[in-house]
Amino acid sequence: MKKIAIAALTLLTAFAVQAKDWDVVRLAVDVPYEPFEYKAPDGTLTGFEIDLGNAVCEEMGVKCEWVIQAWDGIIPGLLARKYDAIFSSMSITPERAKKVSFSNGYYNTPTGLFAKKGADLDLSNLKGKRVGAQRGTIQDNYATDNFKGAEIMRYGTADELVLDLYGGRLDLVVLDFPVGESTILKGDKGSEYERVGDFLQLGAGVGVALRPRDKDLLEMFNKALDTVKSNGVYDEIRKKYFDYDIKI
Amino acid sequence: MFESLTELLNQNDIFTVATLLQYWDGLVTTVQLVFLSLVVGLVIAIPLAILQSLNNPFISKPIWLYVYVFRGTPLLIQLYIIYYGITYIDGIQESFWWHIFKDPFYPALIAFALNTAAYTTEIIRGSIAQTSRGEIEAAKAYGMSWWQMTRRIVLPSAFRRALPAYSNEVIFMLHASAIASVVTIVDLTGAAQNIYSRFYAPFEAFTFVALIYLCLTFLLVFIFRKLEARLLAHLRPRTH
Repeated sequence: MKKIAIAALTLLTAFAVQAKDWDVVRLAVDVPYEPFEYKAPDGTLTGFEIDLGNAVCEEMGVKCEWVIQAWDGIIPGLLARKYDAIFSSMSITPERAKKVSFSNGYYNTPTGLFAKKGADLDLSNLKGKRVGAQRGTIQDNYATDNFKGAEIMRYGTADELVLDLYGGRLDLVVLDFPVGESTILKGDKGSEYERVGDFLQLGAGVGVALRPRDKDLLEMFNKALDTVKSNGVYDEIRKKYFDYDIKI
Repeated sequence: MFESLTELLNQNDIFTVATLLQYWDGLVTTVQLVFLSLVVGLVIAIPLAILQSLNNPFISKPIWLYVYVFRGTPLLIQLYIIYYGITYIDGIQESFWWHIFKDPFYPALIAFALNTAAYTTEIIRGSIAQTSRGEIEAAKAYGMSWWQMTRRIVLPSAFRRALPAYSNEVIFMLHASAIASVVTIVDLTGAAQNIYSRFYAPFEAFTFVALIYLCLTFLLVFIFRKLEARLLAHLRPRTH
């Protein structure tokens, strides 16, 4: 009886120690998603999130291992302990927060407003104008709540949205800036269009997803993220990949 | 009464007063779009069907081609071509027409009307061709001109015979109108899509809209059954 109790106690302490002791943290990433994570020609993983993840691990004093995982199974894989954290541009949403716990956000791509050059829109009064957005996105919600009086046209894909902007059916488009940059400004009629107004920061951004029970690891990530954001390491990495700010 | 209804609706997230109003606006748009398409389609189809039955190849070949093209391609493709194609016409954006074509409603109306006109032409042409020879010979024996014969004898009986097939076309048109939502028209399906994407509740949003379509279809079936009972009474077997 005593022996069993001792054995159980040792086992328990062993577990307790193991739970606290993070020598190696396995990070899941879905590649390619340029410029956040992709493979260089020689096969090594690279990208903004890879560099940031390595910097965060260094700050935490642990060894990081990257695990490549397809997006569809990325949350089940975390819960099945195939890896310890998802570091793969996962937007913080209430639906996902029911399954995983999120660290503080570490980036958020800005939202941009796009219009034809010289259209000279008054953004505070868009009455009677047509504003395009992608259905169900945070940009759609933003336009619905803020551009009262304007007609909000909703599209299934960004491509259809751009087609109607180029075709002259839309006066203004609200779109995730990197998407708008690559489709509208770098499209075949891109030179006729421009970004108007200020960059917007919508939504809670992207965070590290962890198993809800690993509260200690969450703490470690939050502390390390705060440090790299404030000591300049983050900005240095960001400048390598983006010429606009995405820090939140 | 109204307040207690509002209270009841506020107990769930999806079917609030605001979303039901969206569904209502969608219903109005769908009914407008389908009704106008059918009216315009019928106005185009009747002369085309009469001209087709003249057996003059210079007239009937182009009509045949139009019917063949619109029956031979999916409505969604026709809608895309008209909706996006129009913007590529040089100078259209500066012309008076752009006020009409900027709105997605009119390109959709054109696509739907041309499509249903093609099907309806075929339905009416078929039932004109079925007119019994005896009736035509009798009309000729009375010395009626072609127009008198068409107006008094051929068309009334052809319309009656076309009714069951045309009721199918009306119901198909109602269901086909669901694709209007791909060109940003907020019809019934568009309203359901907006609500689905706002609340992440596809099952509730689409089931509800399916029920509305079912009710509309039931109404159409009922109307056409009454019409058929009235107009085709002479074709029913005698009961005594």
